[in-house]
Amino acid sequence: MIEIKDLHKSYQTGSSSLHVLKGINFNVAEGELVAIMGSSGSGKSTLLNILGILDEADSGSYILDGVPIKNLNETVASRYRNKFLGFVFQSFNLINYKTALDNVALPLYYQGVNAKDRAEIAMSYLEKVGLASHSHHLPNELSGGQKQRVAIARALASHPKVLLADEPTGALDTTTSYEVMELIQGINDEGKTILIVTHEPDIAAMCKRNVILKDGLIIEDKQIVQQRAKLYV
Amino acid sequence: MFNIERWQEIFQAIAKNKLRTFLTGVSVASGIFILVILLGAGRGIQNGIQNQFAKDATNKIEIYPGITQKEFKGLGIGRETQFKNRDYEIVTQKFENFIDNRSKLYSVWSGNIVYGKETGTYRIEGVNPNYQFIENASVIAGRFINLSDIEHFEKVAVIGKKVSTDLFKDTKSGIGKNINVSGTIYKVVGVFTDPGGEREESRVFIPVTTAQRAYSAGEDIRSMAFTMPKRDNFDQALAESENFSKQLDKILKERHDIAPDDESALNIQNSLEQAQKIYQLTDIIQAFFWFVGILTIIAGVVGVGNIMLIVVKERTKEIGIRKALGATPYSIIAMILHEAVFITLISGFIGLIFGLLLWAGIGPFIESDFFSHPEVDFNIALTTVILLTVAGAFAGFIPAYKAAKIRPIVALRDE
Ligand SMILES: Nc1ncnc2c1ncn2[C@@H]1O[C@H](COP(=O)(O)OP(=O)(O)OP(=O)(O)O)[C@@H](O)[C@H]1O
Ligand SMILES: [Mg+2]
Repeated sequence: MIEIKDLHKSYQTGSSSLHVLKGINFNVAEGELVAIMGSSGSGKSTLLNILGILDEADSGSYILDGVPIKNLNETVASRYRNKFLGFVFQSFNLINYKTALDNVALPLYYQGVNAKDRAEIAMSYLEKVGLASHSHHLPNELSGGQKQRVAIARALASHPKVLLADEPTGALDTTTSYEVMELIQGINDEGKTILIVTHEPDIAAMCKRNVILKDGLIIEDKQIVQQRAKLYV
Repeated sequence: MFNIERWQEIFQAIAKNKLRTFLTGVSVASGIFILVILLGAGRGIQNGIQNQFAKDATNKIEIYPGITQKEFKGLGIGRETQFKNRDYEIVTQKFENFIDNRSKLYSVWSGNIVYGKETGTYRIEGVNPNYQFIENASVIAGRFINLSDIEHFEKVAVIGKKVSTDLFKDTKSGIGKNINVSGTIYKVVGVFTDPGGEREESRVFIPVTTAQRAYSAGEDIRSMAFTMPKRDNFDQALAESENFSKQLDKILKERHDIAPDDESALNIQNSLEQAQKIYQLTDIIQAFFWFVGILTIIAGVVGVGNIMLIVVKERTKEIGIRKALGATPYSIIAMILHEAVFITLISGFIGLIFGLLLWAGIGPFIESDFFSHPEVDFNIALTTVILLTVAGAFAGFIPAYKAAKIRPIVALRDE
């Protein structure tokens, strides 16, 4: 599903340049649930953003589901994001003036789905994350865990090939984190490819594979035995 | 352009961001409102001035006597010019083909008029029948002075509306009544109105021949008045009347032994020259109002542009989210512009309607000598609204374009 070869990325700050990714090689097959770990500043978010076509690598190759991601103009990039990728952010990034339902429906709007179908599909995803009853709440009327579940529903609504989550549980307490992980595991069980950036070993343990970054390189990449979140809830 | 889905998106954004919408709307609406007020005021002043001016036929030429200021042929200064019947006859014969209406006048500045217990002081003018057209006077009851009155030295009077209401309380019951003018009894045969208003309607016209006899003037006349035939071309009319004035000046100066360069012995008033000045003045006034109006619109456009900049800044994060979810740069630009155009157009119309309503409401109450009918050309106002909208869209395009170009990763980081 994801093939990355010798990926490099530097940030230019003033006159100095910061080499963040120094040659990442890494493949993800369909149906994997990968945790990307590493200390703060090791380049986890940078990597995930490149995978999400939110940012571009300086060099190296990235092939997403057989499609080379290189020198895309913003219009094509938008279309690929819409079609291939679902994002979940640490800070939820819901649009504050839209209801839960409208937030979930937004990617479908950009797919050109009509209003009626949008509402129906969005509702089914809200049901899936257990928030059908909150469909008409605004984000500030929801708890952190609920917001993140709405965000997950939104990421899934466009039916992406890959779900990318940057510290999805970073702003949540342990119990809520496990609830969110349970949801993510369920989605993965249905076959969705998921990459999660996390600091927390217990969250990483709930994935099927752990990749550890250090100073812009992968220092460890191992399959693990998945802990079911359900046991902890 | 008509995409119901996008309209729904925009209405949602507008409804959920009332303050932002309100601020944009107010700046646009007030700009248009001020423009409408200015245009209406400009038009009101223009109409007022033109009405003032319309009190006489526009191509009127009048000659009054003056006092010599230059010696000529051994004659001293300080001589008063006195026109005679003969002057009038010569001029009318000589310029028969140039002039249209004509009248010699024998006027008395203040004549005492008595009817029963009512009494008043009015200007008495001895005139020819033609004088009605020179003055632009309209008869509202009875008739004007006619040729037979002139030939028979009839003691008849045509009184102004003001005189009529003063003496007879209304505008028609005076017809056939006898009034005493400076000791002589005259029969009222007509009542007239004059676009010049009350001042001009406080006059009494009597046959010029009667006036000369009543005031023992002999062959003396006080002044002469003419109109020139109407011409479609203003410049041609102006040239003709200037030429006529010049020749008139020459002949009369020769006849009265006045130095050709004596500026004060004769007063020739050419109303077309004044008309030209007034047209120029109203043009300047109109231009001024347009200038201020356009500045207002520019300020409005800058205001819209500014607000759009703030809107884009405020929505950066949202734009980032939308782009992460698959919004293309085009759809971002379209969203922002669509909203901007919609708000500008609606609030432009609101400003327009308020402006028009204001004029409709207060316009009729501020009728004065120099201000009347402050109307606004609806098409011009409409064009301005559309212009402002287009300009607003352009002003909004730059920030919208910038917003569309922001990399989503940068936009998402925005707090
Ligand atoms: N836009 C940027 N401009 C300059 N430097 C940046 C930029 N984004 C990230 N960096 C730097 O690149 C490095 C890697 O950042 P990144 O966000 O990928 O780290 P991370 O592993 O996600 O850390 P954390 O766990 O704290 O989120 C950091 O040193 C960071 O300061
Ligand atoms: Mg990070």
